[in-house]
Amino acid sequence: MRQFFSTILIGITLGSIYSLMALALVLVWRSTRVVNFAQAGQAIFSTYIGYEMMVRTGNFWFSLLIAIIIGSLLGAGVEYFFMRTLFKHADDGPVAALAPVIATLGLLGVIRSVVGMIWGNEYRSFASPVSTDNFVVAGATIPFSRLNVLVIVGAALVMIAFSIIFQRTNLGLALRASAFQPEIARLAGIRVGPIRTIGWTFAGGAGAVAGVLVTPNDILSPNSLDTLLVFGFVAAVIGGLESLPGAVVGGMVLGIGIAFILNYVSTTLIFPAVFVVLLLSLVIKPNGIFGSKKVRNA
Amino acid sequence: MADHATVLSIDGLSVNFGGLKALNKVNLELRKGEVLGLIGPNGAGKTTVFNALSGIVPPAEGTLELFGKKVQWPKPHQLVHRGIARTLQGVGLFPDLTVSENVMLGANHLARTGLTQSFLGLTRKDEAALRNRAQAALERVYAGSVSERRADTLSYPDTKRVSIARALISEPKILLLDEPAGGLSAQDIEWFNALVGNLKSVTSIIIVEHHMDVVMSICDRISVLNFGEVIASGSKEEVRSNPAVIEAYLGSHAGDKKR
Repeated sequence: MRQFFSTILIGITLGSIYSLMALALVLVWRSTRVVNFAQAGQAIFSTYIGYEMMVRTGNFWFSLLIAIIIGSLLGAGVEYFFMRTLFKHADDGPVAALAPVIATLGLLGVIRSVVGMIWGNEYRSFASPVSTDNFVVAGATIPFSRLNVLVIVGAALVMIAFSIIFQRTNLGLALRASAFQPEIARLAGIRVGPIRTIGWTFAGGAGAVAGVLVTPNDILSPNSLDTLLVFGFVAAVIGGLESLPGAVVGGMVLGIGIAFILNYVSTTLIFPAVFVVLLLSLVIKPNGIFGSKKVRNA
Repeated sequence: MADHATVLSIDGLSVNFGGLKALNKVNLELRKGEVLGLIGPNGAGKTTVFNALSGIVPPAEGTLELFGKKVQWPKPHQLVHRGIARTLQGVGLFPDLTVSENVMLGANHLARTGLTQSFLGLTRKDEAALRNRAQAALERVYAGSVSERRADTLSYPDTKRVSIARALISEPKILLLDEPAGGLSAQDIEWFNALVGNLKSVTSIIIVEHHMDVVMSICDRISVLNFGEVIASGSKEEVRSNPAVIEAYLGSHAGDKKR
């Protein structure tokens, strides 16, 4: 029974991180209809900035803040300088229509290379701001530490902030409207361009939080967040790609599922299992848990 | 030349779609407090006039005067800032938003949407005011009771009401209605006609409509388009008796539409 609850707790920790990455992907998808493969690159760059700040100041929270700011600016910059130009030519033909997605793959490679050139390819570590000692409950050690709590709370705070922005503010309303029917949103007086940039800014910030929170539990290298991108993408698809709550639920389902495979089956089965889940989810519920056909076609 | 009572004047508007001339030197004039009907057979270019006015299609030539001043053709997001609101032929509600949110979007420009302001909660007052305005606009079109429903759960006549409420919330000086009566029952049309009658005191309206009953009962003047050109313009009586109009449009409907 103890192992069961430990597995759930680990699953929630993993799920929080996957949810954050999924959230970043959904934000970009909703605002511009692009699956942003560069998200892992943007997140790794921001995480290295956080690492650099940690080395220089030793202050985790300050480093996290700087990483979020750089991640957000990078997200805004990618949208403003690359995507806008590509969107202008999107009607020129089938390749041009796909160009933004292809460009994000190219951008992922470029950012990774730049990170490698600046910081090298060797593994680095990121000190945790809180204890990584496992909790002892009723005399028994469970594989769950304060760092896990920090990850869950940090991810939850980001999700709550997004939830408030999207559901309760006029900005959120403009973001939701611009995503589905940009022409009608424009007629309502919304400047869709800047609103899209804000979507990418949010996504960049969320990716930075995911990168900085996951790294103290892991190693840091130019491609250390690639797995997170894949799992985040699967989580986003499970959740319906359109839906922010869907991204969170998708992340949690995936995180808990992976924790069970990790603890009860075999580590080697994690990747095949994730892709089987992706395929099954697409076959059984192609619009995801929270997606609806009507909304996707809108 | 537009006189001081003219709120909107289009002079020589042409729109090309590739090699096709969708509009050819169209002149239109809307006077304060009037309802101008823009009619014509399918493909005549009626919606294209609205699209040019809304910045959705770029004019090849032509000038625009609003409230006596010559202005640039607006971009879509500038329309409401210039006191113009538009409804769409396909209704155009956001399906996953509530009715109230859909209507609030019509006056989004009146509330602050800044990133920092939103994070700091400084926009709350604006949002509350906007919500109240949305409710008032919905009540004006007798749709106050559906404000919290998702737009994709509404009946078709209700979606029409909500789309009009979304146009009204910004208190436009000029209202562009694109086939507002399409798909409405006789009872709904009666309601719609009464609403337009009331609105005339606060706004000027251009209406594109196929439903000739509606056009003849609510319009003060009519302009008729055919193949992208204005073939007649004037009072209902003048247009009705115009041979070119009878030939191009009304004539073909005269038998079955004896109204």
